[in-house]
Amino acid sequence: MPRPGFVLDVDRSTPPILFWNGEGLRLERLPAERSRVIYAPEPVDALRDPDAAVRKALLEPMDSDPLPDRLQAGMRLTIAFDDISLPLPPMRRPDNRQRIIEAVLDLAAAAGVDDVHLIAALALHRRMTEDELRHAVGDRVYDAFAPRGLLYNHDAEDPDGMVEIGATPHGEVVRMNKRAAESDLLVYVNINLVAMDGGWKSTATGLADYRSLRHHHNVKTMQASKSFMDQHKSELHSSNWRMGEVLKANGPPIFQIESTLNTDTFPAPFEFLTKREWEWSARDRGLYLGTAKGLAALPGRTNRRILHGIRSPHAMTSVQAGDVDAVHARTTEIVYRQQLVAVEGQTDVLTLGLPYIGPYNVNSILNPVLVMCLGLGYFFNLYRGKPLVRPGGVLIMTHPTRCEFHPVHHPSYIDFFEQVLADTTDPVEVEARFEKQFAEDEWYRHLYRTSYAYHGVHPFYMWYWGAHALDHLGGGSHVIIVGGEPRSVRRLGFRPASTMTDALEMASDHVGREPTITHFHTPPLMMADVS
Amino acid sequence: MKALVFRRKPVRFAAAVVAGRLAPGRGAGVGPLSLDDVDVPDLPGPDWVRVRPRLAGICGSDLATVDGSSSRWFEDIVSFPFVPGHEVVGDTDDGRRVVVVPILTCAVRGIDPPCSRCAAGRPNHCERVAFGCIEAGLQTGFCASTGGGWSTLLVAHARQLVEVPEALPDESAVLVEPMACAVHAARQVTGAGDVAVIGAGTLGLLTVAALRRLAPPAGSLIVTAKHPHQRRLARELGADVVAEPARLAGHVRAATGSWVYGDAELDGGLGTGTPTGRLTGGAAEVVDCVGNEASLTQALEVVAPGGTVHVVGMPATTTLDLTPLWYREVALRGCYAYDPDDFVTAIELVADLDLGRLVSATYPLSRYRDAIAHAAEAGRRGAVKIAFDLRAEKERTRL
Repeated sequence: MPRPGFVLDVDRSTPPILFWNGEGLRLERLPAERSRVIYAPEPVDALRDPDAAVRKALLEPMDSDPLPDRLQAGMRLTIAFDDISLPLPPMRRPDNRQRIIEAVLDLAAAAGVDDVHLIAALALHRRMTEDELRHAVGDRVYDAFAPRGLLYNHDAEDPDGMVEIGATPHGEVVRMNKRAAESDLLVYVNINLVAMDGGWKSTATGLADYRSLRHHHNVKTMQASKSFMDQHKSELHSSNWRMGEVLKANGPPIFQIESTLNTDTFPAPFEFLTKREWEWSARDRGLYLGTAKGLAALPGRTNRRILHGIRSPHAMTSVQAGDVDAVHARTTEIVYRQQLVAVEGQTDVLTLGLPYIGPYNVNSILNPVLVMCLGLGYFFNLYRGKPLVRPGGVLIMTHPTRCEFHPVHHPSYIDFFEQVLADTTDPVEVEARFEKQFAEDEWYRHLYRTSYAYHGVHPFYMWYWGAHALDHLGGGSHVIIVGGEPRSVRRLGFRPASTMTDALEMASDHVGREPTITHFHTPPLMMADVS
Repeated sequence: MKALVFRRKPVRFAAAVVAGRLAPGRGAGVGPLSLDDVDVPDLPGPDWVRVRPRLAGICGSDLATVDGSSSRWFEDIVSFPFVPGHEVVGDTDDGRRVVVVPILTCAVRGIDPPCSRCAAGRPNHCERVAFGCIEAGLQTGFCASTGGGWSTLLVAHARQLVEVPEALPDESAVLVEPMACAVHAARQVTGAGDVAVIGAGTLGLLTVAALRRLAPPAGSLIVTAKHPHQRRLARELGADVVAEPARLAGHVRAATGSWVYGDAELDGGLGTGTPTGRLTGGAAEVVDCVGNEASLTQALEVVAPGGTVHVVGMPATTTLDLTPLWYREVALRGCYAYDPDDFVTAIELVADLDLGRLVSATYPLSRYRDAIAHAAEAGRRGAVKIAFDLRAEKERTRL
C-alpha cells in the first residue's frame, strides 16, 4: 500500500534535505522548529495490464458510443497526441501514447478506415524530431505513417493549415488545425501528468494557433488563475472550456482518451532522489555522494546527456475514453488521488529545488527564462486552495541559472532575455510593448515551421506563467535564487544568493528574522492542498 | 605660459605606443607629451586673436595621439611641436566668450582664392591644410603655429570663433565642438529606415541626440552601450533600443525582421552554443562612433544590403573583410568635422538638452596624466567627457 504524502516538521534531528540544483544536487539543513518539508505521496499501483485497460476504455467509453461504432470505412480519422512536453522525464518505452494509438489503429483497421493522419499537438512548442516521435508513438506506427506524410507535427503558422471554428461569448476566437477540424472523428491521445493537462485544453490549445491562444495565454488570465491546477479557480481552464463549447457546437466530433501515470519518477540508480532523507540507506547516501560529486565534476554538456538520457519508470495508472468532460473529470480525480498532499496553512518562505527538466526543455537547456517559468509558473502553482507561501512572502529556489540557451530550440528566448528583460520584467509591460513584435516575427515563424524552435511568442508565455506568483509575492525582490549566476538572476528581476543561509538572511527584509519555512520536495510531482 | 606640448621624439613616441597598448591613456606618462613653460604663440596675421581657454576637452583623437595609435596618414598635415586640444571654450582679449571652430581652412590660412572645396562651402574638405600663413595642421590642436586648448593661451582666426550665448555654461560650451561633429553626422544620415549607432562614448551619445533631433529614423534608433550610465544616457537622448555591444546583431534582426544565414546546427539538443550566423538584412544605416576594427566589422555585419556605414569615430590602420561591402553593395562613408552651420545648430542642441551634464570631471593642467587616464577609461569609470579646467591657472591672467 503506497504511503500518502507527508508533511515533516523539521527538528534538530532532521537530516539535511535534498534540493535539486539544476543539473546538480545539494543538501540543505533547514532551521529547526520553524521549517517543514512536504513529501509527495508514494507512487500508486500501476495497471497490471495497461493494454487490456486501453482496449476496455475504447470499447466501454464514458458518455460515448464505443470507438468501433464510431469508425467506418471512408471516414477521415485524425489522431492527435500530446507532444514532447509530456511526461517528465520522458517515460520508458512503450509510452502511453504508443499503447493507445496502436489500439486505436487496430480498431480503425478492423473498421476499414484508411484515411488516417497522426498529428503531434504541439501548439506553439517546437517540432518533435524523428527520434522523439518514434519514442512517443513507437517504431511500428512511425514507420507505417511518417514516410507517407501521414504522421507529422502540428503547424500553427501554416497559412493553409488552420481554420476558424467560431468564437466564444467572450469573443475568444477558436481556431484549429484544418485536418483535425475537417475530420469525421478526432481522437485525442493524452498523458495527464498534472491536473492542468487534458480536457478541452488538449484540443483547444494543442491544435490551435497564436490567434486563438492569445485569448488565454496572457497576463490577465494567468493572474486570475489561482491556481492553474485547480479547475474551479483557473481562468485558463475556464477559457479553454468556453472554447470547448465552441468545438462541441461547430468542431469535429472528438473522442478523448486520457491516461494517468504514477509518480515513479527515477530509475535505478537514482531512486534515492524520491526517498525521504531520514530513510536513506547507506547505499542511498553513497549514491547521493557519487551522483552529486560526479555531476559537479563533469561539464554541463555531459551532465545534460546523462540526465536527459533518463527514461522514467512511471507507469500507467488509469486510462479513460469518450466524452471530453466526463473523461477529464475522472482523470482529474485520479491525478488528485496520486498527487494531493494536505497542508495546513501558508508559510512565510517557500523553498524549491529546481531540477534539470521542465516541460519546455526536454533534450534541451533549462535557460533562465525557463527557470522563472518552472519555479514561479509550475511549482508555485502546484496548489489547491491557497498558495503555499503567504502574500508578500519569499520564494527561494536553488538553480545555477546560467546564461545558457539552446540556440536551435530557444532562439526567441535569447532575444527575449537580452532585449525584453533588459528593458522591463513587468509582465504587463512585457506583454503590451513586445509580444506582438515577437509573435509576428517572420524569422521566428520560419524557425518554428522548419527548424526545431519554439514559436517567437513562447518566451512571453513562459513569463506570463509566473505572473500570478510575482503578483502574489509582491514582485521580483521576493524571489531569491541560491547559487544563481548573478547577471542572469538580476536580469530576471530576482536576487542572487550564494548560500541558503544568505538567502534566508536576505529574505528577512520581507518576512522578518524568524520566518516559517516550507520546502516543497519535488520532483516527484505533487500538489499541495492548502487549508 | 603653461602648455601641454607634444614634440616629435621618436623614442618617447615608441614608449607611448607600448604603454598605450598596455593600458589606454598611459602614453601620457612616458610619451612625447609634457607640461612646459612655452612662449606665447605669435599672431599670424591681422585677423587673428588670442583666446584664453576656460575648458578644453579631451577627445578620442587626442587620446590616440597621446598613446601613439593615430594613423601615420596625418604626418604631413600636422606640425611639431603642437599643443593638443581642439574642444575649446575660452575668452578673447576683447572680453567675448567663444568656442573655437578648429579646422584650419583656406580662409584661416590667408589663401586666396580658396581651394575648390572651401569655395564650395565644404571647409572640412579643405585641400590646403598644409599651406598658407601658418604651419601644417588639419586643426587647432595639431598645428605648431596656433597652440591648442591644453594651454593657457592659443591664437585663432576671427573666422574660427563662434560667440557663446551668455546663458550657456562653460561645461555645455566645451561640448559644442564634438556636438558639431555629431550634427554633421546626423545631417549625413538620411534616416529613411532603421539606424544603428555603434558606441555610446561622448561622440556616440551626442550623435544619438543629434539624430533624434535632426534625422529621426523612420524605423528604430538602436544604440550599443557598454556601461550602465551610457545605456541610461543613450535612452534619455533618444535611443529606441539600447543594446549590449555583443547583442547588436540580435537587436537589429528583431527591429528589421531580418532572417539569418547559417544558424546553429541541431546538435542533439544538448548544446550550449550561442547563435551564429549572419543577418540577411540589417539596418539601413549604421553610424560607427568608435572607428576601430571591431566596430567597423560589426557595422558591416549589421548594415542592410545597399545600406551605408557612416564612419564618425576616427579610425586608423585597420584590417577588415570587405566581402560584405562588395557583395551587398554597402557604402562606407567617412564623416569628418563640420561646417559653420553645424556649430550654430550644435550650440542650440547643447543648450536645449542641457548637455553640460556630460562633463563628468575636470582637471588642472598639472594633473594631465590623471586627466588623460580618466578620459581613456571614461566608460568603465562611469564618466563621459573629461576636460581640462584652465579657469584657475595663474598664467591665464598673467599674460
